[in-house]
Amino acid sequence: MDSQSRFDLLNGGVHSKWLHRFALLTAVTTFFLIFVGGLVKSHEAGLSVPDWPTTYGEFMLTFPYSKWVGNIFYEHSHRLLATLVGAFITVEAIWLQLSKYGKKLKILGWIAFVGVCIQGYLGGLTVKYLLPTSISTGHSMLAQGVFCLTVTIALFTSKAWPNVERTLQTSSIDIRKLSAWTVGAIAFQIMLGALMRHENAGLAIATFPLANGRIIPEFTSSGIVLNFAHRVGALIASGFVLATVAVILRDYRYDRKLSRPAIFAVVVLLLQIALGAITILSEKAVTPTTLHVSGGTLLLCTMLVISLQAYHHYESKAAKQEESLHREPAVIPSTIS
Amino acid sequence: MPDCALANLLKPLEAMIIHPSLRQLGYMLSLTLVVGLVGCGKKDSDEEDDSGGKSDAAATVATVDMTNGATIVGTVKLDGAAPVAKVINMGGDAYCGAAHKTSPVSDDHWVNNGGALVNAFVYVKDGLGGKTYAAPATAITLAQKGCTYEPHVFGIMVGQTMKVENDDQTLHNVHSVSAANESFNEGQPPGTPAKEHKMTKQEVMIPIKCDVHGWMNSYAGVLPHPFFAVTGADGKYEIKGVPAGDYTIECWHESTKSDAAGVTQDQKVTVAAKDSKTVDFTLKAQ
Repeated sequence: MDSQSRFDLLNGGVHSKWLHRFALLTAVTTFFLIFVGGLVKSHEAGLSVPDWPTTYGEFMLTFPYSKWVGNIFYEHSHRLLATLVGAFITVEAIWLQLSKYGKKLKILGWIAFVGVCIQGYLGGLTVKYLLPTSISTGHSMLAQGVFCLTVTIALFTSKAWPNVERTLQTSSIDIRKLSAWTVGAIAFQIMLGALMRHENAGLAIATFPLANGRIIPEFTSSGIVLNFAHRVGALIASGFVLATVAVILRDYRYDRKLSRPAIFAVVVLLLQIALGAITILSEKAVTPTTLHVSGGTLLLCTMLVISLQAYHHYESKAAKQEESLHREPAVIPSTIS
Repeated sequence: MPDCALANLLKPLEAMIIHPSLRQLGYMLSLTLVVGLVGCGKKDSDEEDDSGGKSDAAATVATVDMTNGATIVGTVKLDGAAPVAKVINMGGDAYCGAAHKTSPVSDDHWVNNGGALVNAFVYVKDGLGGKTYAAPATAITLAQKGCTYEPHVFGIMVGQTMKVENDDQTLHNVHSVSAANESFNEGQPPGTPAKEHKMTKQEVMIPIKCDVHGWMNSYAGVLPHPFFAVTGADGKYEIKGVPAGDYTIECWHESTKSDAAGVTQDQKVTVAAKDSKTVDFTLKAQ
């Protein structure tokens, strides 16, 4: 008999339709916020509103629309949307707290709340200090973290999540570990991208696919190093994604919880590579650049869902064997003697 | 008597001091102390001299002798095809769009007939021996008109006031991206008084931009002397009142990357009093 998923503890074995819908809405809004944040950077609009938390000395929520001129439109929209996401995550945490969901899921809600508060503060701090790379990159990375938390909460509150009976992995490769490594590789690649972007090194290597006419460029500046690291990172992350997808399509293709997001991940990966190339060739045109940023987030979230599903539904052979060893020995019927 | 008692108390000490061996030791200690103090004092004064070579020179406020000073003139040209002037889309702000009858173009590579390069910053880079000149009391005005900066390139002296005015009926932010001086970013809604800033260190160049209107940028060359000029519509410049001496003249022009490093070219020149020398520059098109 297969054992129960440890992730049931997070869920508490219950389901609330409206809370799950709200969690989905929060995740989607957070993704849109990341897209708008990408627009802010693509338009170099981060300092178009020089003060924070006020907007040109006015209360943020009552800043008149007539003054949303030029790049203020992007920066102010980002701030308003961030406020909305902050409110959503706060409501979500309180709602989870008051619900019958498990204690661990409630804690996850509060972690997201703390994360979004720090995120808002980092956003203000980076404006105050004129966009230092460290704070801006931290702001970009924490955004990914908060988004991943909202996706996780949305997944854990879903109807299909509780009371799953885990089955033994059929694959020789541990899909759970592989997918988790893939999530890590993509997160690292996003961090490299954020560093490169905030160091304005996106065009430090202005050619694609070759790097300034060579496979490995001359490292004459830190920008070239960062840019090339992001390209190498793309290869590594792509390798991880393709390996994960290959294992899923080979050994778990009938499990739609894994195969569907796996196919989606391949589509996003191909788009992402194309967008990366277009970003360079178009000299960082706003639309492809921003879509490239969002594509990274979408790929991260897709692989996270695959990884969580894999851990939730499958058990490793090693763990199973270990579990068997720790089981109490069966009682030998006396009649045998 | 108390005095006698005191004298009696000091007698052994006096005896010790006047004892030949102790006296000798006293002399040696005194000598060491004096040498030490002098040495320390010398070190201090040396330090003063080292930095003071600069600070003394820095403290010496020279004046510009327009009568006997030399004049350096020249033309800055662009060798090769100029980048196509970019048409600025001011559609993001209706006010800015309406402020121009025709579509405005970027003035970052403004080249006139014969390759004359406008908005090149030419200045005495080296040769003044650290002389410092008093900053004029008059302020340099950087105006925001029709959602563009006027002037696009300008020179300003260390300590001179830069007055940033907003003549537009729209919001601007004024954002300096400085490496040596303190960067600033502040909002300037329409109708607000001019903002004043003083740069405290030499820096060529400081980009100044408006993040609300991404096309708005200006460059300030901050120098401790007044020997600088910006090329006009004919690509010509003129620097007056230069003291006799050997100089390195640098020409700076913004690159297509629109960064502070820009494109530079140096030339050596020697001028005597009342001289007039021509120093032309030809920058290669990127």
